[in-house]
Amino acid sequence: MLVEGIKSRPVYGGIAIDPFARRHIFALEGEGALALLDQKPALTATMLNRSEVLYVAAGPKGLDHDLALAALKPDRFWQGPTIETLLFRLRGSLSAATMSTRLYISGREGFIGQCMQVATDMGMDFSSIPTEHRGSLARRVQCVHCKGITDDVRTSPFKCSHCGLNLLVRDHYSRRLGAFQGVNVDAEEPGTAPQAEELFA
Amino acid sequence: MSGGLAIAVRVSRIDTVAANIKRFRLVRHDGEPLPVFSAGAHVIVSMDDDGHRRRNPYSLMSAPHDTSGYDISVLRVAESRGGSAFLHEKLREGDALTISHPVNLFHADKRGRKHILLAGGIGITPFLAMMAEFDRANVAFELHYAMRSREHGAYWQELVERYGAHRVKRYFSAENDVLPVASLLHNQPLGTHAYVCGPDRMTDFVLRTARECGWPKSNVHSERFLAPISGKAFDAELLRSGIVVRVGDHESILEAVEAAGIDAPYMCRGGACGQCETAVVACNGVLAHHDVYLSEEEKASGRKVMICVSRFDGTKLSLDL
Ligand SMILES: Cc1cc2nc3c(=O)[nH]c(=O)nc-3n(C[C@H](O)[C@H](O)[C@H](O)COP(=O)(O)OP(=O)(O)OC[C@H]3O[C@@H](n4cnc5c(N)ncnc54)[C@H](O)[C@@H]3O)c2cc1C
Ligand code: FES
Repeated sequence: MLVEGIKSRPVYGGIAIDPFARRHIFALEGEGALALLDQKPALTATMLNRSEVLYVAAGPKGLDHDLALAALKPDRFWQGPTIETLLFRLRGSLSAATMSTRLYISGREGFIGQCMQVATDMGMDFSSIPTEHRGSLARRVQCVHCKGITDDVRTSPFKCSHCGLNLLVRDHYSRRLGAFQGVNVDAEEPGTAPQAEELFA
Repeated sequence: MSGGLAIAVRVSRIDTVAANIKRFRLVRHDGEPLPVFSAGAHVIVSMDDDGHRRRNPYSLMSAPHDTSGYDISVLRVAESRGGSAFLHEKLREGDALTISHPVNLFHADKRGRKHILLAGGIGITPFLAMMAEFDRANVAFELHYAMRSREHGAYWQELVERYGAHRVKRYFSAENDVLPVASLLHNQPLGTHAYVCGPDRMTDFVLRTARECGWPKSNVHSERFLAPISGKAFDAELLRSGIVVRVGDHESILEAVEAAGIDAPYMCRGGACGQCETAVVACNGVLAHHDVYLSEEEKASGRKVMICVSRFDGTKLSLDL
């Protein structure tokens, strides 16, 4: 069950290498690695010499692409254990970056949203950042009641991992939080929530 | 509605500020405050030149929060069809004019951390308002101002005094001093925005250089002081009005339409805002698109025309107007 007709969902236009950029930073999660690997003809030695690849595998379901990425031999390749460590590293890379640096983000929606937040925080304009959605459609959802964020939500409604309420996942997306909104469905009569449907596999 | 509601103003003061440049202070006729505007905005000034109605856009250069009056600075162009010549040679202190409400097609990006302003000649005007706003909000900016010579450039001395030589850099082509666009754009921190307003060649050069330096489009802003371009006279059929207007060699389609008493929408009169977009129903000839609004594909399709600046050469042009 999904609330239809709300149009704040971000659009992921896909990644294309900007030939004029002096430095490329790729923030990739899980299947997002393929968004870079698929650029093959544009991956010249010059371009890779100017590239920094930050990668985190996407948990048990995602395949690991670290070997394929490292084989590209970019100027820097870094693999982190969690999204949090990647975000920390991304912040560091961007703090030394200039206007000639292009950031590309690919992975699941929650990952893209969180990287985007770091980037806009560092002064980048979101429309200057190419993004590509790869991997599962699972969502990152913020409970509007307790404000807790639950990652990897595949069904709606679902149980908030913080306060335990049954939450309906709305299409309403907060760019600032990089998360969708979850609203309680059985507030009047707890236990009357509709059957959870797998919507974001 | 064409150009929005008009405001009756009076010229309270005229100063010569450089060779061929005059500044005009406009106050409301009824003594009330003028609307607050955002830096980068312009107004359409309507002049009654011996019964001939002239309308030109001019950028507001005064501080945006000053509602007691608006200042504009006007360059007397050599081959003027009338507007700048009228303002320079005929207009006197105390005279009446009408202006549109301010329209802004050249905003400063509020999220920017640092702003680099590149001005060429009279293109300084929108930046004067922007700098007042940045200074007030304590936002980092740099002005790089290219002029023909010390005599031709307006305000550069005051600007250096007010904002300091570290924020205001000037370049005089008469002294072979060239604005180093590429080195300026290199190594700027994330969150920097660049703005250019100047002659077309300068604007084109800055946009191209920014691209080659790897800047994203979203952080580069430009405004062109486009004016209707002269050309061969032609006829335009206005289907909805059921008349044919003659567009003179020194006239734009919009001006000819207005002279025929038809109210067509406009906002910038400089090919930038899209307000005057008109559907082309029949076209036996070539459209000369001079605007910066339509995409290349739209221009090639020949189905739309921006009547404030574009022209036509051929035997028949029918517009949905
Ligand atoms: C948004 C905006 C803001 C503006 N702000 C300012 C400002 O702050 N100060 C200012 O002085 N001006 C400004 N302008 C320009 C201003 O509106 C007028 O265009 C200018 O004053 C000249 O007007 P005019 O009526 O004297 O001459 P016009 O005859 O309307 O201007 C014609 C201009 O085009 C040139 N020209 C004529 N025929 C041709 C041709 N065949 N090919 C190429 N060029 C030709 C002329 O030399 C002249 O420079 C602005 C324009 C825009 C769009
Ligand atoms: S009036 Fe703005 S494009 Fe013509």
